[in-house]
Amino acid sequence: MSDKILIAGNWAIGEAAIRAGCRFYAGYPITPQNELTEYMAENMRRAQGGTFIQAESEIAAVNMVLGASSAGARAMTSSSSPGISLKQEGISALAADELPAVIVNMMRGGPGLGNILPSQGDYFQATRGGGHGDYRTLVLAPASVQELADLTMDAFDLADKYRNPVMILGDGMTGQMMEPVEFGKPRPRRYNEKYILKGAGDGKSKFVRALILDALRMEEHNWKLVRKYRVIEQNEVRFETYKTGNARLIIIAYGIAARIAKGAINRLRDSGMKVGLIRPITLWPFPAQIIRDTAERIDRFLVFEMSTGQMIDDVKLALEGRGHVSFYGRPGGVVPTPAELAKAIIQEYRRVLA
Amino acid sequence: MKKVFSRPRSLKSTPFHYCAGCGHSIIHRVICEVIDELGIRGITIGVPPAGCAVVAYNYFDVDMLEAPHGRGCAVATGIKRTLPDRVVFSYQGDGDLAAIGTAETFHAANRGENITVIFINNAVYGMTGGQMAPTTLLGQASTTSPPGRNAILDGHPIRMSEILSNLEGTAYIERVAVNSAQNILRAKKAVKKAFQCQIDGAGFNMIEVLSQCPTNWKMNAVDACRWVDEVMSKTFPIGVIKDTVKGRKDAD
Repeated sequence: MSDKILIAGNWAIGEAAIRAGCRFYAGYPITPQNELTEYMAENMRRAQGGTFIQAESEIAAVNMVLGASSAGARAMTSSSSPGISLKQEGISALAADELPAVIVNMMRGGPGLGNILPSQGDYFQATRGGGHGDYRTLVLAPASVQELADLTMDAFDLADKYRNPVMILGDGMTGQMMEPVEFGKPRPRRYNEKYILKGAGDGKSKFVRALILDALRMEEHNWKLVRKYRVIEQNEVRFETYKTGNARLIIIAYGIAARIAKGAINRLRDSGMKVGLIRPITLWPFPAQIIRDTAERIDRFLVFEMSTGQMIDDVKLALEGRGHVSFYGRPGGVVPTPAELAKAIIQEYRRVLA
Repeated sequence: MKKVFSRPRSLKSTPFHYCAGCGHSIIHRVICEVIDELGIRGITIGVPPAGCAVVAYNYFDVDMLEAPHGRGCAVATGIKRTLPDRVVFSYQGDGDLAAIGTAETFHAANRGENITVIFINNAVYGMTGGQMAPTTLLGQASTTSPPGRNAILDGHPIRMSEILSNLEGTAYIERVAVNSAQNILRAKKAVKKAFQCQIDGAGFNMIEVLSQCPTNWKMNAVDACRWVDEVMSKTFPIGVIKDTVKGRKDAD
């Protein structure tokens, strides 16, 4: 019997995290991700050795995660855009210390307090590290509740594998919508004990730190991190292609925007327009190669984002001058319908391909 | 010949980088002596701060995780909740604990986190070069209060120990000094009691240490030690501020 259940996105993340062995969660209330914090409050303390703390701030929450991670717990915190800005200090520290952690961002409209509606304005912040210093976080962009559950489990494995923070970049809509989900079987944890601080016992003591005062040693640490990032770029790129085979125009969209794009593409295909989709699942590392390869056959691209245009920069970098890139965006919490997007696509399709 | 004095096992042989006359090295040693005497080196995890003690992991021979500036109590919370049978302490200066990390400190204390906090109060930002700290005394000159701290413009020195003692989560709080042999012995007794308090599961405990900073006070070491007695301890009186630990009465 399948254990498929109908569940909201934010709950699915919580359930997937606990099933994946997450035993430490600290969070602070912020809309639209409160259901996740509440789910963890309800269920984390029931898990063997599970800790839930409602922190006094986002900064405290991520620093609790830093401590828990160093002590060997699979640890997670979550928030929405303004709260993620506050967490950047800790995310930078996690990256510098090479400690695993999962950070969930259910994006809302911004800048500033913005609003509490679904948006995708934090792409730059997520994919460029977000905090200070030379570092990267892996960024996973789910487009369904099932994928939220799957990627949450994967996020813990990736965080351990690379000893690096992993961000799940969703939005107010993926967090709140309900869909049927079947939870996968978590893999056993593989994380070397030698990285865990648990007291020196009779042996040599260890320390974990991000302060490296000597310039050459700091530089060496920076290059060491970069070598790790290169391996991640080679091994961890994920994307989905949809009806790109005979397409003449390719839409590039991620997360909930890609769901909308699929709806639009299905309508357009029905009326004979050859439109396809490339959906980055990892935003960092960015699936540049598939976009470059696609440009060998198709030279028209339309980037659709629920922002004023951020991922489009990565698309242009991937294309290195090949093809033509146009943009359709709705920032501020506006969620366009597939019909609205279809209209924008038709305009572009007719303009360049008629 | 009988050995009567040696370096504690928990203290590395690295020479201290601290300025001549600074209190940090004394406090490091005191903590390490206590860790040795309680036999907890192997289960202790320390959290050093940003500030003069930022490289404390070069001196303490126990596992350590450096906290971002001010977050010692949040980081220590994460460690202690994950490994409740370990002894976890954070080591924080006055800027770290009473300015940028006030919220983390206050709420860890209020939750009654079962951790030990060693709070170094030298009334000045030492590492960054002598700026006004939340604990800088009224009238005390600093690089950011050049004519002396003015209550109307700069606010008052914060007494964190007294503030935290009002929270129900705190079990034991004492203010000590390390400016004389007698005070160092008292400080050690307090630090030991604090660690024991944690081992017994009593809840949040903190030892505030008045620590001389001759460099930024622009005094010689002897005058700095005298200043702690004659001036600083008037604003920050030494003694037990809160003690809820039953049957463990402090000698003083």
